Amino acid sequence: MPAAPARPVWRHPEYARGARDMLGTSLGIAAWGLITGVAMGNSGLPLPLMVMMSLLVYAGSAQLATLPLLVSGAPVLVVWATALCVNLRFLIFSAQWRPYFAHLGRQKRLALSYFMADLNYVLFMRRFPEPKPAPEQLPYLLGGATTNWLSWQVPSLLGIVFADSVPAHWGIGFAGTLALLGVGLSLVSDRFTAVAGAVAGCAAVAAYALPLKLNILVAIAAAVAIGVLMDHAAPRKPARPVAPRE
Amino acid sequence: MNAWDPWAVGLAILGLAAITLFTRGFFLIPEREWPLPAWLREGLRYAPLAALAAVVVPEIISTQGRFVSTWADARLWGAAAGAAWYFWRRDILGTILCGMVVYLPLRLGLGWV
Repeated sequence: MPAAPARPVWRHPEYARGARDMLGTSLGIAAWGLITGVAMGNSGLPLPLMVMMSLLVYAGSAQLATLPLLVSGAPVLVVWATALCVNLRFLIFSAQWRPYFAHLGRQKRLALSYFMADLNYVLFMRRFPEPKPAPEQLPYLLGGATTNWLSWQVPSLLGIVFADSVPAHWGIGFAGTLALLGVGLSLVSDRFTAVAGAVAGCAAVAAYALPLKLNILVAIAAAVAIGVLMDHAAPRKPARPVAPRE
Repeated sequence: MNAWDPWAVGLAILGLAAITLFTRGFFLIPEREWPLPAWLREGLRYAPLAALAAVVVPEIISTQGRFVSTWADARLWGAAAGAAWYFWRRDILGTILCGMVVYLPLRLGLGWV
């Protein structure tokens, strides 16, 4: 039975820390949100539906993958199967979320699932590498989740409405790639993680021809496999990632 | 005449929201734990970095799955500049800004990819 909190969650210092950690990447997230919004605004589908999609689905890669299918009037099962495949990585992430938040009520876990986007997962696992529940974890997650949600949704909605006037050909979406590059580099803590990251990158390029972004799944599987092999061949010294300043 | 029907699109979008929620909470929402082998649990430590690398690397060094064949590609230089900044200052906002400062002039000024 959780005790009534003495103060609202957004006053918790870990909430501010979660928000601050996410703020460093939010420029990149915003660029991606804008590009995704522009793609939705230019799709020719009704604006209210696109606004609904942005707010309810809240998953950029699934939205971009299914948008052309929706426009062409593809069968709804094809649309859903596509989203399922593009989202398969979240399944892997959810297995790792469980030890931290399994003690919460089901309603809360369901609500949290809406916010479990890629960067929330990555930053949370960097902050709390030990899979043990602790009271500061929920405020940290919520701080990052709020920041990530705002930095995605505001530009996404602006992109939907002002699709015509955004110069998408400038390549501003590259800011999103750079944000992920920075977060990725912050996770490289030793030779093992460096090798696993390199293997994942190579596998993702090699398997790029696979449909539905399944190359991402292949890359995760390859990196986990090589990681398990390395851990067994030479037990690693516990190393902490270098915390970046964000 | 449009190929789509607004009600069908609305229904499809509701389904997309449900599918995303379902995948994000797949192992989190059930009341009972689904056992995972210990080696897999350990190995999943590498998954966050792997997922990022799998998105980032193809975006930088390939176009539609083919390796870039020219140095006149703004993404290579932008990413190199961003990475250099990261190793210097360990700061992600600076990584984005420094990378874009190199990338945008090459792309818009010189017309590179």
